[in-house]
Amino acid sequence: MRASLRINPIACEAHGLCAELLPELIRLDDWGYPIIDESEVPADLIGLARRTVDACPTLAVLLDEA
Amino acid sequence: MSVGDGGHHGLPRLLAGLEPGGGAITLSAHARVHGPLPNIAPHQLIEEVERSGLRGRGGADFPTARKLRAVADRRRVGPLIVNGSETEPASAKDRLLLGRLPHLVLDGAVLAAQAVGASEVIVKVGDGALDALRALDGAISVRDSDRVRISVVAGPEGYVSGEESAVVHYLNSQVAKPTLVPPRPFERGYRGRPTLIQNPETLAQLALVARFGSRWYRELGTVADPGSALVTITGAVRAPGVYELAFGTSMSDLLAAAGGPSEPLQALLVGGYFGTWVDASAAVGLRLAREDLRSVDCSLGSGVLIALGESACGLHESARVITYLAEQSAGQCGPCVYGLRAIADTVAALASGVAHAGERDRVLRWAQEIRGRGACHHPDGAVRFVESALRVFGGDIESHRRGRCGARPAGLPLGETALAPPRLGASERPAARTRRRVAR
Ligand SMILES: Cc1cc2nc3c(=O)[nH]c(=O)nc-3n(C[C@H](O)[C@H](O)[C@H](O)COP(=O)(O)O)c2cc1C
Ligand code: SF4
Repeated sequence: MRASLRINPIACEAHGLCAELLPELIRLDDWGYPIIDESEVPADLIGLARRTVDACPTLAVLLDEA
Repeated sequence: MSVGDGGHHGLPRLLAGLEPGGGAITLSAHARVHGPLPNIAPHQLIEEVERSGLRGRGGADFPTARKLRAVADRRRVGPLIVNGSETEPASAKDRLLLGRLPHLVLDGAVLAAQAVGASEVIVKVGDGALDALRALDGAISVRDSDRVRISVVAGPEGYVSGEESAVVHYLNSQVAKPTLVPPRPFERGYRGRPTLIQNPETLAQLALVARFGSRWYRELGTVADPGSALVTITGAVRAPGVYELAFGTSMSDLLAAAGGPSEPLQALLVGGYFGTWVDASAAVGLRLAREDLRSVDCSLGSGVLIALGESACGLHESARVITYLAEQSAGQCGPCVYGLRAIADTVAALASGVAHAGERDRVLRWAQEIRGRGACHHPDGAVRFVESALRVFGGDIESHRRGRCGARPAGLPLGETALAPPRLGASERPAARTRRRVAR
């Protein structure tokens, strides 16, 4: 199974929780908005990625699981 | 019916029907120039468009047949939308087509609508495009044999409002801002239906392919880039205006078409404000062809070519443009809002000599970081422009730091379009330029 992570930039309000919960995949830019360098989520991080999706206050983290 | 032949050979093609005097062509004159609207089966039209190699002329350069197919394969297809927004400030080609040759665009729209199973055409134009609105109203009122209904919607003119999801969003809910894609308009567009949205020039070209066939279409241009294109040539040329040229034409012939440079040139901006600066010496050897343009990280984009004379300052002009692009952000996405503003402020500081040359690296890092992080491609186009500006004019940063910039403003058009209603010339060119106030 493949999972890929993306941000809905319209919904994102730079709360920054995602980078705290998932620093392996998400870092913040100079204004606090998330940067995802590698969108593919390794199998061992999928659980954490799902939790990050749920934690975002504006539901801006999207996990496409195919 | 078999498609093919009967078209005139050589140029002009699209602009063949332009009337002297500046008015919109009548339906009967249009039929005299191009012949009647062909009766062509949907699958046959799509195949012919595919063979022609036609690509979208709104900037994204996407193969038109693939878009047609993607919508034709779906059910409950929504209206075909003609994206006549033409929000690129220097561009004048779509307004020229809609204002002077509306029947050619409407022919293409009707044919494309039938090919994908759409029962309606909506033409969206900027609410300041009065000549286009007038010509469309007149044209629609005399077209009585179309099997699809045609309507016109005028909307806001901001740069981003021409992006396709913003056009659909505007038609759906009067908000001219992009939406998160996917779903793209061809999946879920107007009222949730699969929606084909095309640039007016794309449709005008399609109307000719439908009449005269792909073999005729390929008589001009190169194998990879067949046909002709409308190019708005402006800046330091003697006769700025919209010209129809064959793909494969050299840059120097393009400039010659616009009367030649009005002073020695330092650079060309190819593709409008999402485009790239190319040093004049590197540009003259290029042809209007994707392979040539790609070799210098360019594309034809919206078909705008701006010549920058030696007397102007590329850094200053670029700072003005990126400031404009930053202001044009739809204000929805953090990286676009804050990133473009920071980049614009820093480029402006570099141009006025108050920033350290090292700030340039910060701009390049920001540019890399914000690419791909907006809901739409606005930030991507803007940073592409900035990167090319620093590549081509970066050498001037040091001299600006030392206070040396004796350049004259070139006045690249910003905000609302700078080209007045065109008059007929060797090709088609604007009589004068009016510039409206630009908020800075
Ligand atoms: C910020 C932005 C602004 C755009 N403005 C226009 C426009 O004014 N007119 C246009 O035809 N396409 C514009 N586009 C491109 C459209 O999204 C779309 O690709 C095009 O209308 C599709 O038509 P085509 O395939 O015939 O080129 C813009 C794209 C972006 C990212
Ligand atoms: S990227 Fe910029 S212009 Fe595009 S939707 Fe987001 S804020 Fe608007």
